[in-house]
Amino acid sequence: MTVTLNPLYRFDTFVVGAANRLAVTAAKAVAESPGTVYNPLFIYARPGLGKTHLLMGIGHAARTINPRLSVEYLTLDEFIEAFHAAIAAGHGAAYRQRFLDVDLLLVDDVQFLTHRREMQAELLRLTDALQAANRQIVLTSDRSPAEIEALDDRLIRRFAGGLVIDVSAPDYETRVAILRRKAEERRATFGEGVLDAVAAIEIDNVRELLGALNRLMAFQSVSDAPLTPAQARQLAGGADKAPSAGAPVEPGPAPPPGQDEFGDFLSEITATVTQQVDAWRTKVGAALLRWEGEGFRTSRLEALLEQEMVTDPEAAIRAFEADVHRLIEMRAEAAELAPELAGSPVFKDPGDLAGAEAELQRARDGTNPPPAPSPLWKMEDLVESAGNRMALEAARAVTAAPGTRYNPLVIIGAGGIGKTHLLHAIGNALAGRGGPVACLSAPEFTSELIDAINRDAVPAWRARYRRSSAFLLDDVHLAAETDRTQDELFVLFNQFADSGRQMVFTSAAPLASLEGLEPRLRTRLEGGLVVELPVPDADVRERVIARDLTARLGAPDQALATYLASRPADSMRAAQGLVQRVLATAEERHVPPTATLAREVLEGLAPADTAPARRTPVRSSGIVAPTAGGARSREKMIWEWPEVGDRIVEEWR
Amino acid sequence: MSLVNFTAREITCKIVYYGPGRSGKTTNLQYIYGRVPESRRGRMVSLATQTDRTLFFDFLPLELGNISGFSTKFQLYTVPGQSYYNATRKLVLQGADGVVFVADSQARRFDDNLESLQNLQDNLLAQGVDIRQLPVVFQYNKQDLPHDLILSQEEMDDALNFREVPSFAADALQGNGVFETLRGVSEIVLKRLAAGSPAA
Repeated sequence: MTVTLNPLYRFDTFVVGAANRLAVTAAKAVAESPGTVYNPLFIYARPGLGKTHLLMGIGHAARTINPRLSVEYLTLDEFIEAFHAAIAAGHGAAYRQRFLDVDLLLVDDVQFLTHRREMQAELLRLTDALQAANRQIVLTSDRSPAEIEALDDRLIRRFAGGLVIDVSAPDYETRVAILRRKAEERRATFGEGVLDAVAAIEIDNVRELLGALNRLMAFQSVSDAPLTPAQARQLAGGADKAPSAGAPVEPGPAPPPGQDEFGDFLSEITATVTQQVDAWRTKVGAALLRWEGEGFRTSRLEALLEQEMVTDPEAAIRAFEADVHRLIEMRAEAAELAPELAGSPVFKDPGDLAGAEAELQRARDGTNPPPAPSPLWKMEDLVESAGNRMALEAARAVTAAPGTRYNPLVIIGAGGIGKTHLLHAIGNALAGRGGPVACLSAPEFTSELIDAINRDAVPAWRARYRRSSAFLLDDVHLAAETDRTQDELFVLFNQFADSGRQMVFTSAAPLASLEGLEPRLRTRLEGGLVVELPVPDADVRERVIARDLTARLGAPDQALATYLASRPADSMRAAQGLVQRVLATAEERHVPPTATLAREVLEGLAPADTAPARRTPVRSSGIVAPTAGGARSREKMIWEWPEVGDRIVEEWR
Repeated sequence: MSLVNFTAREITCKIVYYGPGRSGKTTNLQYIYGRVPESRRGRMVSLATQTDRTLFFDFLPLELGNISGFSTKFQLYTVPGQSYYNATRKLVLQGADGVVFVADSQARRFDDNLESLQNLQDNLLAQGVDIRQLPVVFQYNKQDLPHDLILSQEEMDDALNFREVPSFAADALQGNGVFETLRGVSEIVLKRLAAGSPAA
């Protein structure tokens, strides 16, 4: 028969306003230390104002604090029923003992004690016994103890000895807060002003208020157009109830005539005084409830309310709201940088803007920087020749005055001739001037974009690039035929161009020949400086190879360098492939790399014993690419023609 | 006397029930006294003769509690209606924030009402208060009496209420119109708070 506590009736689901603040405070105090503060606690309020909610809230909170606490909730009717059953069964003593073992007894609706002398005596005994044992009793009623007809004076005195507290009708702001909270709980959204319009109707009973909200939700679910405030007012029953003319405070409703003239008078006086004396408090209170409802910390406004008079409350509210809006902006930016920051409490405290700024700065700094240029490639390592001089001059001009002279700089050249080297070298030089430099290839850019789309984090991904001080994209020709990548590049291009930030692109083919490249992007690329990087001549190759050999072997070997540079190679990469092959062979044979060895390796004058070693047990086409050569190298050699059958199988694979 | 004391966070409203003798001023206060919860009312002080006529004055303090951070008190006074107690009336009237003029609706008391109203004006003027600047409401009491004995609310308004201030028909013995009157005067008094008018 004892009702279990309704899980929804907790303190955190109870909307606190001026009308019930005291009662909630007392209830919480009792829940925190049952039997010690207000014992008994007697809460009275007209129906529908949350007595049962508060009562069960005490039970929940007390159990949360001390799970071993024995809590019993029952209505007076149940209390009486159990009493009668126990007496009838001759178990009166057991009945009494049952309640004496309870640490926290919650009795609802005790107004029904009227004229029940024996139950009053029983409750009196129980109250005394519980009090004596430091056990808590909380009672609720729809009227004050004095107003419960024919209530034993001793009971009234017992109740008065604890705390008797009333909950009055919610004021306008609390009604707004309740409606917003409940709408949010039910995942209902309404147009601007709708809930406020309903709250403006003097519905002083929370149940009725929630009924009105249900009507709004039902109507909205079958209606195509969103509810207007006027419709809402009508639906909520406001057609026959006058809205309180925008008055933010309202008196309690008139009880039946003659019943509580003084209470009625008091309510009206309260409303008038509040309106007249405390108009500013009402404004601050409205702002407080609004921003508190949106999850912001409002201690600043609360502090304001603590003050006696505020010289310019409007200005104080404006300043507070300006800070809140700044927080909202910062939160949006932070969320773009790192979605997990959106919920950070630091963006909810207008009292600590500095903290929010710091957090945002951390987000800005801490976000994965865009791919940076490889530190291995530097401008000073570039070997200048008559062929590449123009490209190098352009690169130097760009690094000397980024964004001003050639923007964008587009480097065109075949694969393996050093475009990427030059691009990264420019990137490193630009990075040396400060700010993050984005340097990556078009396929990397596309793959990052796809990843961002998958993670639903495109804005954050974009933000990384937008914050870069320069944007360097390798192999832009590989972006041809991509739609979204080109869209993003286009937008990024415009932003960088508008803000005078440097862009450098490389392409393996002339821009005009790239069919899949959108004209809007191509024309923009062509609008900067397009320079060609020619195939390195033998002189350049020799200098580069000599440098590489020196780096690898620790000592220069000019003969080897000259030989290797003399080998046909249409790219620097191919020439370096030759070096790689010779060095690998030397290492394999544990001999030093020499020009002779190189000749042997590259010209096929292989010693007889090395040939079988190159054969692999796997059937293949017999085409062996140089170890680090690359697909375009002429050094692909046919060591041995395979069997005809092998070749067919190979081709069909 | 100051109506609002921001430093002490107090609002004190002094309301004086004025009118001819036996018009029902004390009855008003008694009715209010009976409706106020014990915790809110102070002891009603009433100095009366053996024949139940107010000799000195009645005083009923009402604690309205904390309203918007202000401890709010109402002090209700009556004056002795009899013409020979004018010194007391003057004293009670000092610092009044509002006046309820309780008129006797009986036709035969018509002149007494006029005389008392004139007396109120004179006494206020003597204190440098223009009755037009002070919150005043009229209560036409004893409207429960047979119609041939009394004047209607309209007739009473015509006779007394030249400035068309709020007026209330009442039967103070039964309580009809008592709280309406109190509310009426309080509203006007309190609405002057915003204007920062010293009211006294």
